[in-house]
Amino acid sequence: MQATDQSATVKNHDHPLEDLIRSDRIPHIWCPGCGIGTAFAACLTAMKATGHDLKKMCMVSGIGCSGRAAGYVKLDSFHTTHGRAIPFATGLKLGNPELDVIVFSGDGDLFAIGGNHFIHAARRNMDLTVICLNNLNYGMTGGQVAATTPFLARTTTTPAGNPEEPFNLPLLAWASGAIYVARWTILHTRELTECIQKAISKSGFSFVEVLGPCPVNYGRRNRENPLQTLKLYREQTIIRNNADPSDLAIDFSKKVVLGEFVDKERATCIENYDRICRLPM
Amino acid sequence: MKPAVLTGKHYMTGDEACAEGALAAGCLFFGGYPITPATEIAEHMSARLPEVGGTFIQMEDEIAAIASVLGASWAGRKSMTATSGPGFSLMMENVGLGVCTETPCVVVNVQRAGPSTGLPTMGAQGDMMQARWGSHGDYEIIALAPASAQEIFFQTITAFNLSERYRTPVFIMTDEIIGHMSEKVIIPPANQIEIEWRPKPQGRKDRFLLYKPGENGVAPMPAAGEGYNIHVTGLTHDEKGYPVMSVEAQQEMMTRLKRKILDNLDDIITTEEHQLNDAEIVLVSYGISARTSMAAMHQARAMGLKVGFLRLITVWPFAQAQIQALAERVKGFITVEINLGQIHLEVLRAAAGKVPCHLVGHSGGAIISPDQVIATLKEVF
Repeated sequence: MQATDQSATVKNHDHPLEDLIRSDRIPHIWCPGCGIGTAFAACLTAMKATGHDLKKMCMVSGIGCSGRAAGYVKLDSFHTTHGRAIPFATGLKLGNPELDVIVFSGDGDLFAIGGNHFIHAARRNMDLTVICLNNLNYGMTGGQVAATTPFLARTTTTPAGNPEEPFNLPLLAWASGAIYVARWTILHTRELTECIQKAISKSGFSFVEVLGPCPVNYGRRNRENPLQTLKLYREQTIIRNNADPSDLAIDFSKKVVLGEFVDKERATCIENYDRICRLPM
Repeated sequence: MKPAVLTGKHYMTGDEACAEGALAAGCLFFGGYPITPATEIAEHMSARLPEVGGTFIQMEDEIAAIASVLGASWAGRKSMTATSGPGFSLMMENVGLGVCTETPCVVVNVQRAGPSTGLPTMGAQGDMMQARWGSHGDYEIIALAPASAQEIFFQTITAFNLSERYRTPVFIMTDEIIGHMSEKVIIPPANQIEIEWRPKPQGRKDRFLLYKPGENGVAPMPAAGEGYNIHVTGLTHDEKGYPVMSVEAQQEMMTRLKRKILDNLDDIITTEEHQLNDAEIVLVSYGISARTSMAAMHQARAMGLKVGFLRLITVWPFAQAQIQALAERVKGFITVEINLGQIHLEVLRAAAGKVPCHLVGHSGGAIISPDQVIATLKEVF
């Protein structure tokens, strides 16, 4: 019955997120099999579900495939320079603390070129929600090694295999002071959406990592077809809320831990600034 | 709250006068990073901004500083940062984002000698060409060069006004000498200070086009949160602000970005003329070197030499038409600047071989003495 009710209210040519998408910019640039669209839809659904004033909600992206997200959301949206979404978002939030500022970008953008900004925004507890689509490589430029690429994985710049170890992103976020940290894959859309909703609703620096496949650039070079990647997401993951952040390294030969890892309260950068730096009214 | 405009007579450094000018102009956001000799601007703003309802943040580097300034500007705040050579270099990519997205903001460069770490505590004027061409691609930029603490106060207000009027980053190209020199600064009453705000959009929000220019070639600018659903990108974009990857879209955007500056040169460029009527040799200078040049001109006149002085208050866009006109009737130019020839190249270009152009300059670390200008004048005459 419920399904029938829903289908009655949604005309079949309407997308349920129609009001939040710049449909005049469709088709999007994302490849078949890419995970960004699913994470993006989860993010938009979560933004709506918060019940916050959408007029006051902004999306800021950096550069890369995930960085194109800001270009498709029908809200105030900013497609900035490579790695600089977080400091731009910081200025936006400080300029108008009434705004809900969501940073949606990729692993290369947020954690290699932009890594310094990530740790500092978390340290100062800037009231931002950062969603990182982690596809383990630089997709836009054709599949180069990233700060998240697994050890020994092949990319166009590690043809013999990656000689470096990747970041454990939730550990980095936790160590830097984030007040909310979660990780899901694009298969776990319901949990992902709930966590993003929570991340937006919380005051302070919250971080959600989303694992999504990049079959065209990463999967192809690592003998993983799109379906196999999704199977890994289903079979080689385990949900363990409040897991020790140091146990969250991504290694699909073992179980990859998903869940909500940090959920705490801490005065935000703006709250502290107002309390400490401003004159008493 | 305390007043933003500290009306009265003060004794302050150029850096402090710059910060007070920004506050008088309505600046409510400063994103900075410490660097000699610009740090005092950040320090002053950190104390003053919260007093007037604004926000100061020390970011993790200069790249973050300028990015935060652009973000705050889109939140509707007048925003600024201040730095010196190494930080100016780091800011350049996002200066381009500011130009491309037409984001009003003010960037102060208190110049020290470079390249690299150079002479951090010693003044120079070696970043003038970087101010013009430092970010990649073609673009126009506005840069002002005040010559005293009093003038940096007023020029900072002008910089904000120009950035709001033309929706573009504006540079204040000062130097360590002015930045650290204490002088008398008179701050007028608030009602005597003219300040401007970016044009605001009117009409239906759903039909609003973010980059559709108004009469002076500049598009009205909403702030985030006002319900316009704007999309702002550093990609080549159309009037809607949407990315368009084509030669035509690039040309259309670039033409508009250049024309909003080039069609308004008379409004933007300010210069000061001294004894040009009968001048045979014209000194061209700006910033601290303008004071050297002024002294040299007076000394030369006392010696009976017909020397005039053109002071560039606006350095970019360059006062090309004035140099061209002067080149028709004078016998030569001497550009005085603390570098190895940057604005000198512009004078050469504008004079177009009609008269000789000379440079009095050095590679930085000290003010140029009027004696050096007199020595060159004696050779030229």
